[in-house]
Amino acid sequence: MALTGLILAGFVLGHMTGNLLVFKGPAALNEYAKWLHEHAGLLWVARSVLIISVFAHIWVGIQLALENRAARDGGPADDATRRASVASRTMPYSGVVILGFIVFHLLHYTFRTVALGGVTYGDDVYKMLIAGFSNKPVAAFYIISMLLLCLHLSHGVSSVFQTLGLRNERWRARLDGLALAYAWIIALGFISIPLAVLTGCLK
Amino acid sequence: MNLDSKIPAGPLADKWNNHKAKLRLVNPANRRKYHIIVVGSGLAGSAAAASFAEMGYEVSCFCYQDSPRRAHSIAAQGGINAAKNYQNDGDSVRRLFQDTIKGGDYRAREANVYRLAQVSTNIIDQCVAQGVPFAREYGGLLANRSFGGAQVSRTFYARGQTGQQLLIGAYSALSRQIGLGTVKMYTRHEMLDLVLVGGKAKGIVTRDLVTGAIESWSSDVVVVCTGGYGNVFYLSTNAQGCNVTATFRAHRRGAGFANPCYTQIHPTCIPVHGEDQSKLTLMSESLRNDGRVWVPKNKADCAKPASEIPEDARDYFLERKYPSYGNLAPRDIASRAAKEVCDEGRGVGQMVDGKRLGVYLDFSAAIKRLGEAEVRARYGNLFDMYENITGENAYKQPMRIFPAVHYTMGGLWVDYNLQSNIPGLFVGGEANFSDHGANRLGASALMQGLADGYFVLPYTVTDYLAGEKPGSRPSVDAPEFKAVAKDVNDRVAKLLSINGTKSPRYYHKALGKITWEKCGMARDKAGLEGAIRDLQALREDFWKNVKVVGTGDALAPELERAGRVADFLDFGIMMCLDALKREESCGGHFRTEHQDAGEAKRDDAQFAHAAVWEWTGDGQLPVRHVEPLVYEETQLSTRSYK
Amino acid sequence: MVQDNGKEQTLALKLRVWRQRRGQPGAFEEHSLAAVPTSASFLEMMDMLNEQLIKEGKDTFAFDHDCREGICGMCSMTINGMPHGPIPGVTTCQLHMRNFRDGETITVEPWRARAFPVLKDLAVDRSAFDKVIQSGGFITVRTGSAPEANNIPVPKPVADEAMDAAECIGCGACVASCKNGSAMLFVGAKINHLNILPQGQAERDRRTLAMVKTMDEAGFGNCTNYGECQAHCPKSITLDVIAKLNRDYLRARVKEFFSSTGKPSKGGD
Repeated sequence: MALTGLILAGFVLGHMTGNLLVFKGPAALNEYAKWLHEHAGLLWVARSVLIISVFAHIWVGIQLALENRAARDGGPADDATRRASVASRTMPYSGVVILGFIVFHLLHYTFRTVALGGVTYGDDVYKMLIAGFSNKPVAAFYIISMLLLCLHLSHGVSSVFQTLGLRNERWRARLDGLALAYAWIIALGFISIPLAVLTGCLK
Repeated sequence: MNLDSKIPAGPLADKWNNHKAKLRLVNPANRRKYHIIVVGSGLAGSAAAASFAEMGYEVSCFCYQDSPRRAHSIAAQGGINAAKNYQNDGDSVRRLFQDTIKGGDYRAREANVYRLAQVSTNIIDQCVAQGVPFAREYGGLLANRSFGGAQVSRTFYARGQTGQQLLIGAYSALSRQIGLGTVKMYTRHEMLDLVLVGGKAKGIVTRDLVTGAIESWSSDVVVVCTGGYGNVFYLSTNAQGCNVTATFRAHRRGAGFANPCYTQIHPTCIPVHGEDQSKLTLMSESLRNDGRVWVPKNKADCAKPASEIPEDARDYFLERKYPSYGNLAPRDIASRAAKEVCDEGRGVGQMVDGKRLGVYLDFSAAIKRLGEAEVRARYGNLFDMYENITGENAYKQPMRIFPAVHYTMGGLWVDYNLQSNIPGLFVGGEANFSDHGANRLGASALMQGLADGYFVLPYTVTDYLAGEKPGSRPSVDAPEFKAVAKDVNDRVAKLLSINGTKSPRYYHKALGKITWEKCGMARDKAGLEGAIRDLQALREDFWKNVKVVGTGDALAPELERAGRVADFLDFGIMMCLDALKREESCGGHFRTEHQDAGEAKRDDAQFAHAAVWEWTGDGQLPVRHVEPLVYEETQLSTRSYK
Repeated sequence: MVQDNGKEQTLALKLRVWRQRRGQPGAFEEHSLAAVPTSASFLEMMDMLNEQLIKEGKDTFAFDHDCREGICGMCSMTINGMPHGPIPGVTTCQLHMRNFRDGETITVEPWRARAFPVLKDLAVDRSAFDKVIQSGGFITVRTGSAPEANNIPVPKPVADEAMDAAECIGCGACVASCKNGSAMLFVGAKINHLNILPQGQAERDRRTLAMVKTMDEAGFGNCTNYGECQAHCPKSITLDVIAKLNRDYLRARVKEFFSSTGKPSKGGD
């Protein structure tokens, strides 16, 4: 979980940075997209790592959830929670929603089988993006998914330190804060784009 | 009754080494042919079982708890003594020996005590190697603290839970052997009887507490390390499950029971709070290192909060009466002093039955001297525990303490080899009577348990086995086993079938009330005679009117308690009888008729012996035998801590 | 607490207590207790309930308990959903009734975890913990073979850290409180106690791998860093022990992966 999570958490940072090029204008974003496609080898290496990571992350996640449920044996009738965060208790759920989002996202931008806003496809990612986010339900789903990603990351990133044995009581609060900050940077970075579209800052 | 102590000849300091050199051995290839049963998994039991298995014997170990790690040795807080002299304060084996023999009020066997002091140093080595996290100094070497009854710092400790850490050490050694398959561990099994074949101990009968199955186990030797009988007083610092059944059943099969009247009352326990109380909680004696014990000088002040009593109206009675030892006076003396001031009406705390039974243990001076942080570092867990139980913060107001039954020095009689008068029945730890005389010093119980388990029994049991033909142990189908198993089954069936009106706990409480009142901190002839009559009546009532709910084929806590209480009733009578017949005061046994202005008055001419009781049958009083205590190198003197 | 007038405060309580026979399904039973002194411990309250049941001719509730001073680790009850009840850092036996309200309904259940099957009512089988220890929770040292104790200096901070971990009483509250039924806090505490001491170095990797393997086989769940175990541990053992267990485990696995006997492998080149 930690290893694949670490790769995926790193990826979203890169992805977000790329996306933010949208604020530099259509040319910057499209050039970035074009650059990616021109380096197909690199792109596919990255894609392979990502695909493996995603599948491994999901597979292990499902296994963990099933094993853990069985190990709990139903749990107490009257289950109290003293410390576990909402994020930690909702990891499978936030994960499922994020997975749904990824599928939709890939269909939209990578496979381009979802038509939104009646825009002709082509390699104009910028137009695709504006058209997509002009659709309010799509933008809302995007924002909600990113907020859930934030939740998922806030627990996931701090857990990485624990799993690799790099955390202790003295550093726990700081590392949790770091994870939370990271999660919000990612989420706000992504969310800024649909918000900009919806408010008309990006056209 | 054969009470040959088998003390080796020669000077005290050489006895054990000479003896060890003469003990017979068993060849390694033959060892696996012997089966050793160890009952109890506390310090003595775990240490012995692990050591036997390491040597190559086949071992089975039984305990009533759900894991060997829970045996009551775990609850010891303060520490373990050893004559290491790491503090350079003049300690030595002989000094530890002298302190222990004097602490026991000259009622222990000299040779045993000397051996205990000798092996004490090996125990520390062994435990450190096992990873017991003893307190350390910044240089990385072991730290020590001082403890009651000694003028040197020789006590090793691990925060306030030395017992748990030592037990985990022994338990880990035992666990390693269980993992290797050389020890078969039977948890939640209670020994309900001993089986003799041809006059030798050859096995036991147990009840599986989970399934109720009564099972027989055959062996070449039986080692009983089942702890003390403090719960005969109902309220004690012992664990709820601690019982006399294993040793008492052995006693009924012929083993002599020595000095049952020697019971130790620990001075620093939390006072009784009410009728439904099930146990008394001990606060480590180490608290007396920094706490000062006092009560108001005037009765009128007793109901006031401590903070309203000025310094000059306080009576620091231990410091006043025993200036050289002060608050570190030995347990029996400190306990009796506390009882005395409470009997005078100067006790503090809440009224229970019209009396205030408590004295203050005050840390305000220590907090002033050391700072609250240092006091917290030393005793934090004890202060927390105190607050949990009483709801009072001992950093702000003094603790209230009162003596409570804590340890029992009496036990099955054993010779120098820790073998009872039944051949093949060995007894270790608190279950035997050997080392503490009439009073045990603090931090010596852990020492004795581990000494017996690690460093005595492995040698002496081997010597016994060398005389037994390998593979000669009987089958559990032998008639002797069948007969004992039938007795056990009948008794269980009887307890379940009486179906009276009163619970086993009712009888336990009634028993405790009698023993604590009449055979507690102070005893007298009339009281003891009355107690014996009352106990006989109570025993009769028990067997007519006890109600045991539950079924025999499942976990049945009431059945377990009923069986233990039944044995405690018989045992209690013997304890009172022993106290009655010992017409002197010594250590924990204080006869009001025999005193010098409150100080115990020994009668060495008549009572420098161990009293050993022989079972004579149901409903009859046991018979008293005597093992004279011969002091070769010790000058008997009046124990003074003034 | 006893009041100045000597009258003790008492509580009237409703109790929902789990009743179960081994291998059969269980259910809650409801009982009332009229006058429970606030100075009584939780287990003394259970004693009172059992005495009342005996008077009514009913079977008592079986529950594990022994030392009643918070060190043996035998008591095990989930009280209102919380192992060892509402006060952090306290075992059930040290929990006192002054922490409850008059008229309150208290739910009492056994530890719930697949690795801890119910034996009867509130008593469960925790032998899985013993098995973990048997597989590696020790330092191999034969009786009598130990060197002089002060030949092994242990820096005070290291000894203190080992002691922090060694305070674990093996009660199983970590497993019972974990929403995954994981035993990582227990195993972490045990491994840490021995792994950080100089005496424990020789068997460090072997111990870690063996104990984790046994833990996994026993049917405990996995750690997903909820932190409930630390919050319910009566000895306040922290997640640090899990982090260090993870580190030691990774280290041992990596070393195992790259290890060589130093002899030619079978395929040989």
